[in-house]
Amino acid sequence: MTIDVVGVSKRFKSFTALDNVSLHVRSGELVALLGPSGSGKTTLLRIIAGLDWPDAGEVRFDGEDALERTVRDRNVGFVFQHYALFRHLNVFENVAFGLRVRTGKDKVPDATIRAKVEELLHLVQIDWLADRYPGQLSGGQRQRVALARALAISPRVLLLDEPFGALDAKVRKELRRWLRQLHEELPVTSLLVTHDQEEALELADRVVVMGHGRIEQVGTPSEVYDNPATAFVHDFIGETLALPTDVRDGRLYAGDKPLALDSQGVADGPARLLARPHDVDLADPDAAPFAGRVLAVRTFGPTRRADIEIPGRNGPVVVEAAVPHQQDLPTGGLIGLVPRRYRVFNANA
Amino acid sequence: MSVAEIAPPAATPARVVRRAPPVHTEPAGVRIAIIAVALTFLALVIGLPLVLVFVQAFAKGWQAYVAALVDPDALAAIELTLIVAAISVALNLVFGLVASWCIAKFEFPGKSFLITLIDLPFSVSPVVAGLVFILLFGSQGLLGPFLQDNDIKIVFALPGIVLATVFVTFPFVARELIPLMQEQGTAEEEAAISLGASGLSTFFRVTLPNVKWALLYGVLLCNARAMGEFGAVSVVSGHIRGLTNTMPLQIEILYNEYQFAASFAVASLLALLALVTLCAKTLLEKRIAKDH
Repeated sequence: MTIDVVGVSKRFKSFTALDNVSLHVRSGELVALLGPSGSGKTTLLRIIAGLDWPDAGEVRFDGEDALERTVRDRNVGFVFQHYALFRHLNVFENVAFGLRVRTGKDKVPDATIRAKVEELLHLVQIDWLADRYPGQLSGGQRQRVALARALAISPRVLLLDEPFGALDAKVRKELRRWLRQLHEELPVTSLLVTHDQEEALELADRVVVMGHGRIEQVGTPSEVYDNPATAFVHDFIGETLALPTDVRDGRLYAGDKPLALDSQGVADGPARLLARPHDVDLADPDAAPFAGRVLAVRTFGPTRRADIEIPGRNGPVVVEAAVPHQQDLPTGGLIGLVPRRYRVFNANA
Repeated sequence: MSVAEIAPPAATPARVVRRAPPVHTEPAGVRIAIIAVALTFLALVIGLPLVLVFVQAFAKGWQAYVAALVDPDALAAIELTLIVAAISVALNLVFGLVASWCIAKFEFPGKSFLITLIDLPFSVSPVVAGLVFILLFGSQGLLGPFLQDNDIKIVFALPGIVLATVFVTFPFVARELIPLMQEQGTAEEEAAISLGASGLSTFFRVTLPNVKWALLYGVLLCNARAMGEFGAVSVVSGHIRGLTNTMPLQIEILYNEYQFAASFAVASLLALLALVTLCAKTLLEKRIAKDH
């Protein structure tokens, strides 16, 4: 099922949660909504589910208006951040809930419910927990119950709100892989909210990066990582080394020093040159466009990082640069920085 | 490194028993004295009166006790008390449940005002509450002429007694449920409707089961208060013997007529109710603690 969000806005009192957001999700896709807290990603998910209503805009499922249907009739599987399992029901009854509440001509016979629930518990690999209550389960097990419960109504859209947020790192990684597999096996379109970029980049077909109630960029994981559309995306995804510059007459300057670097068409004014740490080489301070003093060098695992203080417009700024393992970098000394691959953005954008 | 260095030194004492340092530093004498004061106070203020109620009730023997209870006026008072309690508890069960559901699960203007309003009966003297109903429904009251014209009796009759009791016991159920429902939030309800449950079905399948023990607890307290209420009921009942006297009123009348044994016989029933309530309350508290 395709999902179309067109020009959706939502305000909570004076706070703008969503500002004219549009998004197209293809059928069978797994899309991650990625952004810091307060970026509006959960609000967007809840609007698609029907748990919140937009002030303006449209939501369409397969081209049909979804806003005229309540959450009850949208047939959307929703996995809540803290699972929201029914505490007074055991695992079996939690999963069966969506089938038990069907009445009248939609009533599901008991035997069908039993078969369906057993099948789902098997699918999420927790058959042996059917008689337990939510309070007796671990975080990972609750998460599986929540998923099975959402899948019981055979949804064509699966919405997951921070599904791995409350789990420890190891379980999280394991469940991530498993969820991806599950998505492949089922005929669902999945939308996942997360603030964890690693999760989004590893799991999703496409990533929607959100900030301040707007969509900053939509693309495949490698697109948003390698070609960030905005400074926000560059900052938010992956590590970023930000160097203060100015654009004057279409040329880049560091303070008063003209740089032999491309201004990438950015308008005159203060600008930021953003690069991945591994795309910045260390060099002789006199020959490099940027130079600064080494404050500290840290080594952990395969990476080595140096804090380098360079002069900026409003006092010195400290950047974190990657240091090759063989290179000796005395603290207190001067070092030059040469960005090989970089993006230039207006500093006010 | 030699083997001798690794081996434990032979002189180590077999086992050193380390005691946790005591959390209290007062000498034993002080501790015993403080406990004794508390226990004496408890015995004097609660234990002794309770025992005395039963001692007085049986002061003239079994026959007199039973005779006092089967006295037509006493029976009428017991019957009236049960009826009043049944009606007011049922009403407050519904009112309290609905009110706390609204307050805990929805946002609306005037919410804090509503919470204050629910607490009002706790801060108003029951006598004042009773007087309010006289002012409203009494023959000289605001609605008095209208009620008289239509031959509706509220004050000095069952409706008045029920109204006064409902007013006084209104907060018990709601006060018990609101904090619990607020703590539980709305996530489970949202999950239920996203799974296709209707509003009513969500309420009965999710909201209600989640608060059932707290609800029972509230009902229990509400019932105890409804049966024991004196002030408000005393004002609106009119003290018509065998007709509008509830148990507390009947006890007072008997006492004022120097029928101590009979008076305490009826009182012993209320004391018994208190004991049963206490036991049920303790059991429920255990149950609630287990659920959360």
